[in-house]
This record gives sequence, C-alpha cells and structure tokens, in this order.
Amino acid sequence: MNLTEQGIAVFLGEKRLAYLQTITVGIGGVGGLGSNCAMHLVRSGFKRFVLADFDRVDESNLNRQAYQLDQVGQLKVMALSRNLMAVNPDIDLDIRTVEVTPDNMSAIFMDCDVVIEAFDDPFVKKTFVEMFLPTDKLIVSASGIGGTGNADAIVTRRIRDNFYMIGDMETECSVENPPFSPKVSIAAAKQADVVLRYYLDRFVAEGK
Amino acid sequence: MTVVLNGKNVDISEGMTLLGLLESRGISSETVVVELNREILSADAFVSTILGDGDLLEVLRFVGGG
Repeated sequence: MNLTEQGIAVFLGEKRLAYLQTITVGIGGVGGLGSNCAMHLVRSGFKRFVLADFDRVDESNLNRQAYQLDQVGQLKVMALSRNLMAVNPDIDLDIRTVEVTPDNMSAIFMDCDVVIEAFDDPFVKKTFVEMFLPTDKLIVSASGIGGTGNADAIVTRRIRDNFYMIGDMETECSVENPPFSPKVSIAAAKQADVVLRYYLDRFVAEGK
Repeated sequence: MTVVLNGKNVDISEGMTLLGLLESRGISSETVVVELNREILSADAFVSTILGDGDLLEVLRFVGGG
C-alpha cells in the first residue's frame, strides 16, 4: 500500500479498500462528468479504470472539468491519467483514445464491473445505457445537469438494481443553461457516490 | 383508454403505438429508454408496440450535457 492508500484506508479499513481495488470502473467520456467522477472514485479507493474519450482539453473545458491550464491541447484521457496518478500513482488505467460509438462500446467496456455514462450527446447516452442494461454491470448515467440554481433537483434515481440515473432529467446543456462547475460536479459526485455505496453494500453482502 | 406515463394518467386513443404516444408528446424516440410494465423495451419495438389500457410506462429521457 502506498501512502495515499494508507490514507484512504484510515476511513475505509484495509479489507474494504482491498475489495474496492478489485472492481473495474469504465468511464465513457471524460468531460465534466467523467473527469470529476473519476477523481472522486480514485479518492474513494477504486484503482482499476477504463477511460474512453477521443477529445482534447479545450480552454472552454476549464470551467468545469478536472483539467489544468497547462493541459489545454492534450488528449483528455492522457491529461486525466496524470491528474488521477498525482493522487494515487499506483492506479491501473486502460486508456482508450477513441470515439465511443454503438459499434465499439460493448468491446471497450467488456471487462468492466461498472460503467459510468458521462457522454455529452443524448443519443450516445441513451445507446450506452441500452447496450449495458441486459448485462449484470452496474450502470450509472446522468441526464439534466445544465444551468444554475435549484441544485437539489439533481437527484439519484434507482431505476433497477443495476441501473441508476442522476440529474434533473430535463435541463439540457444549452446557451440558456450552460454547463457550469457546481451542478456538473454535483452530478459527477453523485455518480461516484452510487458506485461507492453499491460496492460497500456488496462487500457486506458477500461477507468479506 | 388510459395509460400511466411517468406516474401520471394519460388518455390515449385505441390502437395507439408507443412511438405514436412519444411523438404526440414531442418526445424524441431517439433519446429515450422506455420501460413498459417494468420491462425495458428495445427502440426497434416502439413502432410495433400497441398500448393497452392500464399500461405502466416509464420514459427515461436523455438530454445533452456531460
């Protein structure tokens, strides 16, 4: 255990941390939702990730995404890898620099126990959820995270045992309701919280 | 005839398809996941699914932003 993991284990205990470290988390899209969610999950003790995104960091991303000024122009998956490893250098990352499409998403996330839907495009979001619903993977999606105010409208809905949706379910990111750091981060944090709670419950249920 | 759409009663005409209901309410069928009587329906089935009295529909909308 490195020093970070010793610090995380102060709150989790070594056995629970060791359990979380066996879980593979796939993150589809590492923009506002995905980058912030990944950071929360690393701090929560998760260690194995599949990160998929084709995009590069743009200056307009700095208003909400977990990147820094000197990372503008870099591939998001590479920049995020560095930022996550600055917290825990021993995480195990599978980096996919690719646009996630209906044709490749199944293969990219095949080995994941949980898949975080963190895409921008509503058709991709929906297709991703539909693709993994018949599987036993935990699916955590988000819909409706734009704008400011009434942040308590961003709720966690358990649709079924392995499928959760976060958001207000209606506020599309747009010119009127741009994506801002507070509400996007709230949704990303709630996605991470679902994953953490789910696996801490599983740890108990499996009698570890 | 009445169906329950996201917890609210909605009157529909006899023989209405799921796709017809979505379109009549301005909901894009491209960006929703639909549960009919607690079973997830594939998008291909929207056009051929004729709704029945008392059907429970949960329409999960995906809006842009991530």
